[in-house]
Amino acid sequence: MKKPVLERPVLLDVQGITRLYGPAKGCEAIDFQLHAGEVLGIVGESGSGKSTLLRVLAGLEAPDAGQVLYRRQADDAGGEDAELDLYAIGEARRRALLRLEWGLVHQNPRDGLRMGVSAGANIGERLMAQGQRHYGQLRASGQAWMRQVELDPGRIDDAPRTFSGGMQQRLQIARTLVTRPRLVFMDEPTGGLDVSVQARLLDMLRTLVRQLGLSVVLVTHDLAVARLLAHRLLVMRRGQVVETGLTDQILDDPQHEYTQLLVSSVLTP
Amino acid sequence: MNGYNFAYLDEQTKRMIRRALLKAVAIPGYQVPFGGREMPMPYGWGTGGVQLTASILGADDILKVIDQGADDTTNAVSIRHFFQRVAGVETTTATTAADVIQTRHRIPETPLRAGQILVFQVPIPEPLRFIEPSEQETRLMHALEEYGVMHVKLYEDIARYGHIATTYAYPVKVDGRYVMDPSPIPKFDNPKLDGNPALMLFGAGREKRLYAIPPYTRVESLDFEDHPFEVQRWEHACALCGSDHSYLDEVITDDQGGRMFVCSDTDYCQSRRGEVA
Amino acid sequence: MYVAVKGGEQAIASAHRWLADRRRGDRDRAEIEVAQIGDQLRLAVDRVMSEASLYDPELAALAFKQASGDLTEAVFLLRAYRTTLPRLAVSEPLDTAGMRIERRISATYKDIPGGQILGPTYDYTHRLLDFLQLAGAEVPPAETRDDVTDAEPCPQILELLNDEGLVEQAIDDGSEPMDITRDPPDYPMERAARLQMLARGDEGYLLALGYSTQRGYGRNHPFAGEIRQGQVEVEIHVEEWDETICVGEIALSECQMINQFGGSREAAPQFTRGYGLAFGHNERKTMAMALVDRALRAEELGEPISGPAQQAEFVLAHADSVDASGFVSHLKLPHYVDFQSELDLLRRLRREHAARQAEVEGARDAASPKPEER
Repeated sequence: MKKPVLERPVLLDVQGITRLYGPAKGCEAIDFQLHAGEVLGIVGESGSGKSTLLRVLAGLEAPDAGQVLYRRQADDAGGEDAELDLYAIGEARRRALLRLEWGLVHQNPRDGLRMGVSAGANIGERLMAQGQRHYGQLRASGQAWMRQVELDPGRIDDAPRTFSGGMQQRLQIARTLVTRPRLVFMDEPTGGLDVSVQARLLDMLRTLVRQLGLSVVLVTHDLAVARLLAHRLLVMRRGQVVETGLTDQILDDPQHEYTQLLVSSVLTP
Repeated sequence: MNGYNFAYLDEQTKRMIRRALLKAVAIPGYQVPFGGREMPMPYGWGTGGVQLTASILGADDILKVIDQGADDTTNAVSIRHFFQRVAGVETTTATTAADVIQTRHRIPETPLRAGQILVFQVPIPEPLRFIEPSEQETRLMHALEEYGVMHVKLYEDIARYGHIATTYAYPVKVDGRYVMDPSPIPKFDNPKLDGNPALMLFGAGREKRLYAIPPYTRVESLDFEDHPFEVQRWEHACALCGSDHSYLDEVITDDQGGRMFVCSDTDYCQSRRGEVA
Repeated sequence: MYVAVKGGEQAIASAHRWLADRRRGDRDRAEIEVAQIGDQLRLAVDRVMSEASLYDPELAALAFKQASGDLTEAVFLLRAYRTTLPRLAVSEPLDTAGMRIERRISATYKDIPGGQILGPTYDYTHRLLDFLQLAGAEVPPAETRDDVTDAEPCPQILELLNDEGLVEQAIDDGSEPMDITRDPPDYPMERAARLQMLARGDEGYLLALGYSTQRGYGRNHPFAGEIRQGQVEVEIHVEEWDETICVGEIALSECQMINQFGGSREAAPQFTRGYGLAFGHNERKTMAMALVDRALRAEELGEPISGPAQQAEFVLAHADSVDASGFVSHLKLPHYVDFQSELDLLRRLRREHAARQAEVEGARDAASPKPEER
């Protein structure tokens, strides 16, 4: 049973984020907070600006205005600043953060995987970037993570292109989570997959999120996915947030008329 | 030669290259961009090395040029002639007698001494190039020390072949900081890079980059703890000098598949034969 | 015995003598003169000058002769010579609007001030071999007209659009452009540097890339706004006299493409430009260059990067024929040492593979019942 965890400390503090490509193209004046251990869903139709927002949050695209503040617990920061302003720190620190403490799961696993190297090398890459230099241990971690995401560890030396779409997505998730990131961004993680494959993947994701206590920002147009994974929702339309609240509350009793439309369209697919 | 400055390049260009070389020595393993000039030999045929040699050569220096370890391969001959013509310097084939040694693909077997300079010809200076084609991105990766991807390649080799399958241009880490391409020398020569008393300079003409390993610098070949770096070994000894510790070239002697193995370093081989005889 | 060790010097000298002999050809026939090449094969000379980036018709003709007609080799010869030349002065920006026109056409307007001037073009020739030239037929001289001594001024067509604000302004911000012959490339590269690299880029390469944009790999909807060829004065500013003086004329080809309009919330939509410039008569090159120049502006203009011609590092790093032919041809140099390393590894891998196979088969034989036991 999902339970909001509002008493947890704020991990990500988003203040007035604007990134516009044209009128109502992009996102405008977005504010929200993500708490540690929370899964926040950003929902809306395609073109609502949710993917732009995710790119800004994930450090891939600087905003026109606003701040993304990442708050680490003082003991985790290891003497460094407990609060980091994502676009005020230098590119070096930002990339190190993305590589070491954050993770990003792309909608298309091909964007997140190295298609030319084996599954094991894909999972091991972030560990190697952290300085892990023992082949045997890298391999053992690779196999353990393949089991964790319900892939056959016997296929550790196979190239991702020999995997099905659903398996590639599992592999991407393993590759991202292997360093136990504190914050994970997911962009339509089940998009483009068959319904039956989607269901199993969602189930697995839900288990992983709970087991690892992950903090997640999840972008999806699919309210069923949001209902299953997210504690809280932001509903976006034309670059702006029109409604926020607990997932069940929003999906069962939407207040904004756009949300009502969105929810009703899910009932009549 | 009439009409050209000493060692071909004009003094301004030489100064520009020397400034870049000083920077390279100050930041071991870092690729310094320089305003490479066209040379009267094709790119890829040693224009980078030739520009470096031309910039550091003095009238009293003795020059040795090798290609594949040999003084008599056509390109080594051609470059040696070039410097005889445009600089009039004395040349030698003896490693011990040379002040400056320009090389392609080998480090001499005879240990170098302090004061000597080894100039490498480099085709592709960027060790990350085959993983990341964009120069903008690789420069950023170097700046941020994002080198995990180098080990991805080595990991993949072991997973596929059971060994690290890179046999030449084997990447190294210089002074614990920059990952560097040692040019296409066989990995057999990599240990000679570490703590070498000579100054080692690397020039890539077409790519307009130069870099350096100052004397006595720590140079490590990338590897895994449980798959350490190792060099090639031969079951044979050199058929000419009997050396059992030098890099050997395989020579096909007839059309019946007959082969022999001989030192790739011709000067080393000849001097040993002199001693043996 | 071991032949690779000795004989290199002798072989090189002999090869050079043989090459010179081949170049001279049949001694019963007159040797071709450099002046004839400059005169009768001038398009080849123009191309060599452009890609070598040195305006010297005589030396370009010499390079062409010395290279036995190999354009890439001739470009290389002239380029290697160019790099040794001192820099005496930097010219003022050339004013192509003041060009003494030989040819000038626009595909965007039927009638233009100054008129459409076809000039000496292959455009409307039927590509039929002229066998009379085999027989050495005399060519009648071209007719000249005396009544157009003072030709009408020929304003740049794009400047006409400028008056209405329909085409983007190319503004000189006064900054010193990078010099690609002195400074190493530093990506991303500013447009001035990109244009320099394209100007000395290989014509065939640029033609293929420009063509690819027309076939949909990064379309930019081009119109040949204006193509002009003719003589342009080169001026230098002499500080001692505080005066600008003309030091001579050079022949140039210029192409200004008008491309699809951009625009954003702030900027009103307007046509954009692609630019091509080359020494001599090099129309194909300038058109291709203008297409590629425009394609390389995709990022600046906020267009999606979808075609090879839009990828600046890819396009620019591989455009130079001296770079490219050098590095491709270096594969002819000995690689004994590296090959030996690979050979050694391959043998080892095959040995290990065979050992593993034998093990597997051994295990299978042991597991399966022997034939006689069946």
